[in-house]
Amino acid sequence: MLTSALVAGCAAWLLAAVLHFAFVQKYILLGEAYETGAAVHYAGVVPADGHADAGHSHDEPAAEGHSHDEGAAAHDHGDAGAVSTGTRTLWTTVFFGLVYVAYALILVAGFGLARAYGKIITAREGLLWGIAGFASFQLVPAMGLAPELPGTLAADLGARQVWWWGTVAATAVGLGLLGYGRSLMATALAVVLLAVPHLVGAPELDGFSGVAPPEVAGAFSARVLGTGLAVWALMGWVAGHVWARTPDNAA
Amino acid sequence: MTTTTISTRASDKTTALLSVLGMAMLGLAILFAAGHAQSATLHDAAHDVRHATGFPCH
Repeated sequence: MLTSALVAGCAAWLLAAVLHFAFVQKYILLGEAYETGAAVHYAGVVPADGHADAGHSHDEPAAEGHSHDEGAAAHDHGDAGAVSTGTRTLWTTVFFGLVYVAYALILVAGFGLARAYGKIITAREGLLWGIAGFASFQLVPAMGLAPELPGTLAADLGARQVWWWGTVAATAVGLGLLGYGRSLMATALAVVLLAVPHLVGAPELDGFSGVAPPEVAGAFSARVLGTGLAVWALMGWVAGHVWARTPDNAA
Repeated sequence: MTTTTISTRASDKTTALLSVLGMAMLGLAILFAAGHAQSATLHDAAHDVRHATGFPCH
């Protein structure tokens, strides 16, 4: 069981790191350039409503009960600017490993649960489970909390984390019931679980105060989700493949 | 005889479910530490990954 998770987690780690540095990292850096004022959206154009310091509209919302007393900008960019690119790349790579091995452990724990109920998992089921995992952990939470470009202001962190975990749990259980449930009741419960997080709605701010161009934020979100799908699909397929070849699980 | 078989099966299933639970908890704990814990050191090191996996970051 552990072998399947570790092999799949490591395969996912490798692909995640490669795809991240190929497609995503440049948007993070670009977002930070706008956040710190190194780059200015609509450079030279002063908005009519007196937001002359639009680049730093951070201060107001950050002060109103947001957990970052120093304001979002002071918070990470001091550090991000201070560390070398090499160190930053290293930590990013290490944390991709941790996150995807953690995802793989959860995924394979799901395989174990399926086995306990007599379900057989092969590479094909693994692929479907991987896509469902992507939906549960990334795509569906992104419906309420789109992947944030650095510099984007958002509602209270604690409230967003609660919504995130609730949505992940409800979506994963909902998809599992939809896939393996046998009764009308199970299907109905699945539909309710899938819908509830969106009826409740994710915490959000009243206004918008992003300093980066919408094109950058849009491209960033789309690439985060696209690369996430690729990595999860690979992870599920590999996990299913290794799982089906482990003697105890094949029968 | 039958009773023995059934109880062995039941305990096999319990063992299997316990290991499933252990593995899921381990995964969730790592995910929480890497993705959601708000210690400044963890946050700074994990910063780019948190943004790139869609976790609520800061």
